Amino acid sequence: MKKWIAFWNILVKDMKNYYLKPPNISWGIIFPFAWTLMFLLRSKSDVDIRDILPGIIAISILFGTTSMLAVTITFERKGRSFERLLLAPIDLNLLMMAKTAGAIIFGIMNAFVPIVFSLFFINLSGVNWISVIVSVVLISVTSTFLGLFIAVSVNEVFEAQTFSNFFRFPMIFLCGLFIPLSQMPVFIRPLSFVLPLTYGVDILKAAINNDGYISMWISFIALILFGLFMFLFSIRNVKRKWIM
Amino acid sequence: MNILEVKELKKSFGNFTAVKGIDFAVKKGEIFGFLGPNGAGKTTTINMLTGLARPDEGTIFLSGIDCVKDIKKAQHKIGIVPDESNLYDEMNGFDNLAFCASLYGIEKKKREKKSKELMEIFGLADTGKKPFKAYSKGMKRKLTIAAGIIHEPEILFLDEPTTGIDVESARQIRKLISTMNENGTTIFMTTHYIEEAERLCNRIGFIVQGKIVRTGTVEEMMQEVQTDNIIQFTVDKDLKSIQEKLTIDFPKFVIETVDNFTLRIGSSEKVSLMPFMQFFNSHQYTIHEAKIIKPSLEEVFVKVTGIEIDKMKKEKEGGKRK
Ligand SMILES: Nc1ncnc2c1ncn2[C@@H]1O[C@H](COP(=O)(O)OP(=O)(O)OP(=O)(O)O)[C@@H](O)[C@H]1O
Ligand SMILES: [Mg+2]
Repeated sequence: MKKWIAFWNILVKDMKNYYLKPPNISWGIIFPFAWTLMFLLRSKSDVDIRDILPGIIAISILFGTTSMLAVTITFERKGRSFERLLLAPIDLNLLMMAKTAGAIIFGIMNAFVPIVFSLFFINLSGVNWISVIVSVVLISVTSTFLGLFIAVSVNEVFEAQTFSNFFRFPMIFLCGLFIPLSQMPVFIRPLSFVLPLTYGVDILKAAINNDGYISMWISFIALILFGLFMFLFSIRNVKRKWIM
Repeated sequence: MNILEVKELKKSFGNFTAVKGIDFAVKKGEIFGFLGPNGAGKTTTINMLTGLARPDEGTIFLSGIDCVKDIKKAQHKIGIVPDESNLYDEMNGFDNLAFCASLYGIEKKKREKKSKELMEIFGLADTGKKPFKAYSKGMKRKLTIAAGIIHEPEILFLDEPTTGIDVESARQIRKLISTMNENGTTIFMTTHYIEEAERLCNRIGFIVQGKIVRTGTVEEMMQEVQTDNIIQFTVDKDLKSIQEKLTIDFPKFVIETVDNFTLRIGSSEKVSLMPFMQFFNSHQYTIHEAKIIKPSLEEVFVKVTGIEIDKMKKEKEGGKRK
């Protein structure tokens, strides 16, 4: 019970202080909004929007989570307030879950901006909503944990920012969003398969447009494994690097 | 009874050994002062005791809990005030305290009551709505101390609580430390202000270059340098004319002149004032002042460590300003 008081308050504090602060929330909404609008303006028919929706959802999540988490944690480490968390009688796993929960929720919220927005323009019947929701959650989790992975690898806020982009941009181009996996040059394809976003986008594509490339179950399992690996790796690094 | 027992504690960073196998114990209810120059290993030691650093070797027992094995079990008994005030800049004073309380699983009603109480005790009641970043240095420090005791820890670790703070705030902070101690909190504090340690602490450990060179009560330490009882007289006329007479009349005493009007009388036994007052009187001297000269902890420190205090302080302040 006691530890959940800590968990909940860490989550609420981060939400209030970081994610739901006007600059961030507007970034979180404007960004997906702008992407959606950009594609909308370019597309000539309904089919097009539906085609690009999975990508926009994935990118919205990615931009709301990875760098956000990496930066907030690095920022708290610089100001040394992060030490308070390490000094509290909270198990490290639970602590890191509390720290990441805010970004995960924020990522999920961001994902629904383009979904709700596109509902005004196109008919989304026939979408497998359960798969959409599960994959939105899993993309959010893995992108957030990628942020955690970055946070434990850097010391400065600007490094967190740069490092996030280092992962983020190649991921956008290699995840099958602009170039479908099936058309990707064979020698690049392995690279796509080591990126968690690829699996997330593929589930979304299958759920929304029924044109998945990978079996949905494999994608789910891959995402879960990615998430697990990045979380455990990060915890290990926290123990090694932050508790000297 | 010992609340904290530390044995053979060792910590290296690469090839450099910051803490070289130290042993000490802190008694329940006391204020233990950890005194040492820059880089002596004070903060590193606190970090190991509280769970921010892992010892390479040694044992730490806090209220019987093995902290090396399972620090998480002990952490609710521990309060920490680091050498830099490290609360959340964007949050106001009250929210900062309430948040810190929540980390220890304290329920909403209780943590709000407690935060309000502490804001008042620490004289911060009318700053509760200001964000932490708008606090002055002294206020920040006070709030950080309040955050350290909000979960009513058994032992509070204070890392240089008054460094970089003006005289008045430092005085208030020392008072708060005393009050917390009177209310039953054991205190472990580091400082480089010897007078502060002398005034505040029951027992003191000197640490130099990662080694504890001496521990003991303030009185015990004083005894080491207090081999003599010394009384100092200041009179109204030049002492030269009676100096010889003095040594003849008081052969058992060591008599030293400080300046033309001041002299010190020392003895391994108790010095009684009366004979000297009569002596001065009969030679038509008026005594302006007579006082007992006590050795200070500073002398003990210099004697034990060979480090000059002024030098240590200057380095410290220069270092902190960077
Ligand atoms: N993370 C670290 N990596 C390498 N060396 C370190 C680290 N932390 C501390 N040290 C070194 O260990 C020694 C002890 O440092 P520590 O901070 O414990 O000293 P201190 O007694 O607290 O000094 P001060 O009075 O300046 O706060 C110093 O020489 C310091 O440079
Ligand atoms: Mg220090």
